[in-house]
Amino acid sequence: MKKTTKIILTIIAVAAFLGILFFLQSNERDYGMAITIIEKSAIYAVVAVSMNLLNGFTGLFSLGQAGFMAIGAYTFSILAIPVASRPSVYYATGINPVIAGAELPIPLAMIAGGLVAALFAAIIGFPILRLKSDYLAIATLGFSEIIRAIIASPQMNTITNGSFGLKKIPEFSGLIVVILVAAICIAIMVLLINSTFGRAFKAIREDEIAAEAMGINLLRHKQTAFIISSFFAGIGGAMLARFMRSIDSNTFKIALTYDILLIVVIGGMGSVTGSIIASFLVTASKEQWLRFFDQPLTIAGVNIPFFKTGLRMVVFSILLMVVVLFFRRGIMGQNEFSWDGLVRIIKRIPTLFKRKKKEDVA
Amino acid sequence: MSLNVFLQHCLTGISLGGAYALIAIGYTMVYGILRLINFAHGEIFMIAGYFMIFATANLGWAVGIPLTLVATVALGVVVEKLAYKPLREAPRMSIMISAIGVSYLLQNLTTYLFTALPKPYPEIPFLKQIYNIGGLSASLVTFITPILTILLVILLVYIINHTKVGMAMRAVSKDFETSRLMGIKINKVISTTFVIGSLLAAVGSILYFTDRMSVTPFSGTLPGLKCFVAAVIGGIGSVPGAVVGGFIIGICETMMIAFGYSTFSDAFTFVLLIIMLLFRPTGIFGEKQIDKV
Repeated sequence: MKKTTKIILTIIAVAAFLGILFFLQSNERDYGMAITIIEKSAIYAVVAVSMNLLNGFTGLFSLGQAGFMAIGAYTFSILAIPVASRPSVYYATGINPVIAGAELPIPLAMIAGGLVAALFAAIIGFPILRLKSDYLAIATLGFSEIIRAIIASPQMNTITNGSFGLKKIPEFSGLIVVILVAAICIAIMVLLINSTFGRAFKAIREDEIAAEAMGINLLRHKQTAFIISSFFAGIGGAMLARFMRSIDSNTFKIALTYDILLIVVIGGMGSVTGSIIASFLVTASKEQWLRFFDQPLTIAGVNIPFFKTGLRMVVFSILLMVVVLFFRRGIMGQNEFSWDGLVRIIKRIPTLFKRKKKEDVA
Repeated sequence: MSLNVFLQHCLTGISLGGAYALIAIGYTMVYGILRLINFAHGEIFMIAGYFMIFATANLGWAVGIPLTLVATVALGVVVEKLAYKPLREAPRMSIMISAIGVSYLLQNLTTYLFTALPKPYPEIPFLKQIYNIGGLSASLVTFITPILTILLVILLVYIINHTKVGMAMRAVSKDFETSRLMGIKINKVISTTFVIGSLLAAVGSILYFTDRMSVTPFSGTLPGLKCFVAAVIGGIGSVPGAVVGGFIIGICETMMIAFGYSTFSDAFTFVLLIIMLLFRPTGIFGEKQIDKV
């Protein structure tokens, strides 16, 4: 395919996507559900790509994403809840005088959320990144639980509002803003992956010893990957806080990390576009497409058993196990989306059937 | 805090530690052989709680307990056959993700079947009877747990050191490939490991939930992770290590709660883990491993 054709196709696709977004936003009342799904998947896409940067591109199995999201979300909320409404948020215990008057504009507060998450990553990264694969997984998982316990503890009441959680977080002004923020974050990560740093990350993933022999400083590169991934997880957390408008420590349970890990796995470890596609598919199927499993089903007057609340999640987790067991590479494997790839897939569909027939004869 | 109250807390801690130790053995044995953190082990422990509820409600505890043990073992083996066996040649990360997937599936399945509301755990009358020993009062289960744990561990160590299947297990955990070449039936050994692990998890579940009165689909997650931490602290792959680790975690947790830091009791376990990994990554009883290029 010619280069100009590809550019034209890309422009058409982006324009169509933006057109859909503007259409949805101007008819907000009719498409509330669709808007919610797209917003949520954009936020999950940011976090999933940040996790993919570690797990898929650098080969570090980290399970601390929820902890960094919590740090980002709380830092953002503490700095961004309007000063006027703070007394009503901290009604139970009062607010710590240090943070009582500190209010940042929303974009700065989001960046601050990311920076604090990155700072924590830098501090804990130095000791724990020396650990091998599964020890690293369990240590980061532990870290995220520690963060959650600290946030919920009564000693932090005047800062994090303890177990009451934070409310009245300023929300996104529209669907476009969410997509824009997510797109900027993902674009920065893609640039990083395509840089020398990104290639070094991939070298570490393929073979640590060989990478070291090629002159790559293992610890420094692992730390860079960890800090950057945590920065964007923090931003993702801040976005989630804006999306949900109220957070508490239970928002950031281990289950959140698992959800994001599963998105990364379904999309393909080591594929940014895979993570983006998967975060949309997973969110949409969890929120809407598989919804009908939760409702009682009656066909021709016969009530089909099994259809009740919770079946949706069972079906979803079975689908997930099928992906994990039989399609280990996920949707995209380590490839990225390209027009050539799309054309190749479309061309392959008829040949698939032909080959099967030949095998039958043989 | 008077001595008596302190001893009372110690007793509770030791009892909790005993239950943790039994679950930790499951982690340590599976890790020793497959190099896999079996994230689903906590869920198997939780489902054993549900098995007990339904078996006891219909058949009484005398039939219920053995039935629970059998059902849990079956579940453990089925999980291994369906979710881990197909991935034996796959990278380790895939198996770990599969384990997380299984744990997710089991949680969702129990939520679907029994709802997320806590279900009352059956009271086994003789286990709940209160006894007084030298000023300490506790139910029988509190006294029995550590004793039963130690007995089971002695039995297990005997099996590992003095029987044929135990020898096979040790061989597989030393070198997977070579033991296969030597004619050891790997799949049989792995199944045996899961049988033992799930059996001990079922016993642990009965002891743990009898003290806690209710089960929810999520009550397995945190104990599961803590027990894995216990296994790491004791030195992963070592059975006595897992037991010591289990007792350490159980006692520390109870003491944290006793001194009024209950919000930090879970976090403290992980702090302990990170400290341990930094200063002695192989754990208390772990062997030094040498990386081969």
